[in-house]
Amino acid sequence: MKKSRRSFLKAAGVTALGIGAAPAIKAVASSGSVAAPVKTKKAEALNAKRWGMVIDTNKLTDEVAENIVHACKKAHNVPDFDHEPDAEKYPDTQPVNKTQEIKWIWEEHFEHAFPDKEDEFLAEKFRHLPFLVTCNHCKNAPCVQACPTQATFKREDGIVLMDFHRCIGCRFCMAACPFGSRSFNFRDPRPFIEEINPDFPTRSKGVVEKCNLCAERLAKGQQPACAEVSEGAITVGDLEDPASKVRELLAENYAIRRKQELGTEPSVYYIM
Amino acid sequence: MSKNAIMAGLVVFVAMALLPFWYNIGGSSAAPEPELSEKAKAAQKCVLDKYDMRANHMSLLDEWRDSVVRDADRLYESTNGKTFQMSLSTGEESCLGCHTDKEKFCDKCHTYASVDPYCWECHTTPKEINQ
Repeated sequence: MKKSRRSFLKAAGVTALGIGAAPAIKAVASSGSVAAPVKTKKAEALNAKRWGMVIDTNKLTDEVAENIVHACKKAHNVPDFDHEPDAEKYPDTQPVNKTQEIKWIWEEHFEHAFPDKEDEFLAEKFRHLPFLVTCNHCKNAPCVQACPTQATFKREDGIVLMDFHRCIGCRFCMAACPFGSRSFNFRDPRPFIEEINPDFPTRSKGVVEKCNLCAERLAKGQQPACAEVSEGAITVGDLEDPASKVRELLAENYAIRRKQELGTEPSVYYIM
Repeated sequence: MSKNAIMAGLVVFVAMALLPFWYNIGGSSAAPEPELSEKAKAAQKCVLDKYDMRANHMSLLDEWRDSVVRDADRLYESTNGKTFQMSLSTGEESCLGCHTDKEKFCDKCHTYASVDPYCWECHTTPKEINQ
């Protein structure tokens, strides 16, 4: 069979057109007939433009502060290195180094929480008050910029959150955070969790962790664990909403933030 | 002259090459079937259909994780009309809420396929907690 150059080119052109058109036809044919899965928030979820926290130091007693720290540990399976590990379940647990503790929210003295406001003639009561410090969920969070894997990121509602799956344990975020709000798991935390809470995962060795403003509770329409047990000392709400409880408190009281001069714009306020 | 040496060498080579096959004769078993819990049997429908789930559950979990952590979306309405909580291990509508026994469901295939996902270093199972 003999083919002219002309007829060969014609046939080749038609074939190429057919091959090229097939995916387009398929796409047109399938669109509309296949429903896509829908992802939504729960109806009861609490929303905000920018979550913030107001801590009323006048209402904070040692007992309340202790309850708050305990409730947070329980809610998030935060290990307590004072807890004696179960020898049967976790044999060969090495002795602990208490400097490697994991902290989400903890008690701090005034001069450590507000080093720039320390003063020779500071009112005596501030030296004895328990100050609770935690992640400030900064508006310009330096940890977010430092994270090379985007494991730490700023959610749309202002919460500085971590995806523990993505954390590679480089600890750049810990160096970047001016508040020491982040802790590194130097060891498997599980032996030191008194009672594992099934509603939240634990962490593994080699991962950084910090306060998540109870994102998992907000999604269920619950207040953060610390606010719930604080007897009114901690209020969590929307800083961008002028009608919110936190804005009301800030409008009526004198409140300070930690290391404000650094420009990270913390979202945690302390009523003095 | 070298015929014998070549033959002997060939026999040794063939024996060595076939060794893995001989070694596994009789020892290998059929692929395990994951055991469905009563609850999973009663529910009948999973997030995707059976074969899709078998092949793609890991990508689905990956997608779920990103939605939950980054977008705060926690509910997943599947194309088959059922709604699930996008969670591996928490709550009744999560994966483990239905597939209650990790050993009989997840581990069966993972062990057989020598897959060692590290989900359970952090995520907990009710069984493990009550131990």
